[in-house]
Amino acid sequence: MPVWNEKYETMKREELAQLQLERLQETLIRVYRRVSYYHNLFNKINFDPLDVSTLSDLKKIPYTTKDTLRLAYPYDMFAVPLREVVRIQSTYGTTGQPLIVGYTKNDIGHWTELTARVLSAGGVTEDDIIQICFPYGLFTGGLGFHYGAERIGASVIPSSEADIENQIIIMKDYRTTALTCTPSHAAWLCEVLEEKGVTPAELSLRKGLFGAEPWSESLRKEIEENLAISATDNYGITEIIGPGISFECANKSGLHISEDHFIPEIINPDTGDVLGWGEKGELVITTITKEAYPLIRYRTGDITHLSYEGCSCGRTFVKMERVFERNDDMIILNGQNMFPLQFEQILTEVIGRTPNYQLIIDKKDNLDKLEIQIEVSGDFFFDEMKKLTKIELQIIKGVKERFDFIPEIKLIEPKTIKRYLKKQKVIDRRYH
Amino acid sequence: MLTVRSLKSYYESICALKAVSLHIEKGEIVTLIGANGSGKSTLLNSIIGLIPRITGTILFEGKEIQGLSSYTIVKLGIALAPEGRQLFSPMSVLDNLILGTYHYYSFKNRQKLNDKIEWIFELFPLLGKRKKQLAGTLSGGEQQMLSISRALMSEPRLLLLDEPSTGLAPKIIENIFRTLTELKEKTNLTIFLVEQNVNLALDICQRGYVIETGQIILSGEKEELMNNKEVLRAYLGKE
Repeated sequence: MPVWNEKYETMKREELAQLQLERLQETLIRVYRRVSYYHNLFNKINFDPLDVSTLSDLKKIPYTTKDTLRLAYPYDMFAVPLREVVRIQSTYGTTGQPLIVGYTKNDIGHWTELTARVLSAGGVTEDDIIQICFPYGLFTGGLGFHYGAERIGASVIPSSEADIENQIIIMKDYRTTALTCTPSHAAWLCEVLEEKGVTPAELSLRKGLFGAEPWSESLRKEIEENLAISATDNYGITEIIGPGISFECANKSGLHISEDHFIPEIINPDTGDVLGWGEKGELVITTITKEAYPLIRYRTGDITHLSYEGCSCGRTFVKMERVFERNDDMIILNGQNMFPLQFEQILTEVIGRTPNYQLIIDKKDNLDKLEIQIEVSGDFFFDEMKKLTKIELQIIKGVKERFDFIPEIKLIEPKTIKRYLKKQKVIDRRYH
Repeated sequence: MLTVRSLKSYYESICALKAVSLHIEKGEIVTLIGANGSGKSTLLNSIIGLIPRITGTILFEGKEIQGLSSYTIVKLGIALAPEGRQLFSPMSVLDNLILGTYHYYSFKNRQKLNDKIEWIFELFPLLGKRKKQLAGTLSGGEQQMLSISRALMSEPRLLLLDEPSTGLAPKIIENIFRTLTELKEKTNLTIFLVEQNVNLALDICQRGYVIETGQIILSGEKEELMNNKEVLRAYLGKE
């Protein structure tokens, strides 16, 4: 797979450290001068950006959290006047005040470069026809990949949120070779293709780039088999840049973080202590090239670890483990922490493939109850009650072994769980 | 080739450069943009060893050079064409050129010296015509050519240029810069250029840094700097 930008992606670590230091110093000076939040913060903790002489001086600055960004609604975290901003994207604000992120012309240029790296590492070249099934809108997925794919010179089909049947017609007739969307969307595509009796041989698909939500290795295998493609993961968040922070290369052994634009750290999410290399914790990112919306030590809420071992692809960038857990996604059941993906793994082990499922949490007699709803369909629809009961029991056993409680299992009819572009795996009814 | 890390330079107790970090790769033309008094010349003078009070690290080809004498630094392969040219006006063009060879000049090396001078006269034929003339009687453009030539005589791999365009007619500037870019192409010379004429500097560089009150506030490829509205507004007078 080609390396998009040899100069930076395969840079020697010591040269990278110098570049990071230069860019960090510039960024700190700029935010101190222009973002009142950082100006006050630095004054409060007696931190002079001019005293930064090594990368580890960064550790003196407190973390920036999502709450800070929410308080700054709408434009208080911007480091440039609005007249220099050429694009505004935002989150939808489903869990609180929306976060508004601005981009200057250079920011858009960098973002384009970064998504071009993601796509290149996933095998996309100028010979590809790429179908982008991410929404084009306030959500950053569509436009982000669009610019990068155009930069590479691929033929871009911005099919966006077109209805799934149309997506398939496009995919078949326009001979799409590369697909990018959320993994749940890809899984849904597989399902509909199967229903329609379309085999992968009738498609021209070769590669898929999936991201924007955690997804399991077993789901990857399934998508790869059902679509006959090679699937890679990529990572980004709206507040920083999404997609474009990190990406898998052909080795699929972790996601390379574009360290010439971001400085990653791993911290203990509970105590805030910085953890060493290889230790698992929350990913914290400092942007070092962003002009309009720079963030210093931003807590992403994503759980991962970093690996500085070299990679045979030639890239020298650090690799982060695939994100399977988001602090935000964490479910706390009767005081115990768990993540939706852990349930997905159990279901996949028992059933042999990833079913459509939903976790419903409710309260009964002051106790938290979990109900796992699983769609029964196709290959695992058995007329025999006995077999279904056996599967139910196996799932209950799996959950009991891992979490020491007994969930309720409900097998439901096909297509009763509504499909979204991003999977809504958990419905929490405890607080409504 | 050159790496500067957290450099601070002082005049008496005044801190003129505050934590400056930058790097220049072999064969690049890198420019430093900034207003009067922002610390541009101080930075060049610090690199070449003319400022006694500095802290931080300056690496040239992997070797620390902060604290070394200017003589040693020139010998290692860095040369400066200083602001205001700083020629010896009562001396001839030829003698000024020979001064640039101070660190390797000897009678035995006479042939090498002559070859170098020939080479300079090929680069700047005007100087050849005026070789016996006193430096003080040259025109501004010729003086600038001589200043750059004197620096080149010391066989630098990194050439520091401090505002070579000051006070010169556009046509002469164009001539000098064309010669410099040709030289870079031919000999893989690395150039660190300080300029107030930002248009010109951005035209020939690959990358640049923006300095304000002794701090680097921005860096990037040429296109990135040209896209930055602040650079456009403050240094290019656009908008």
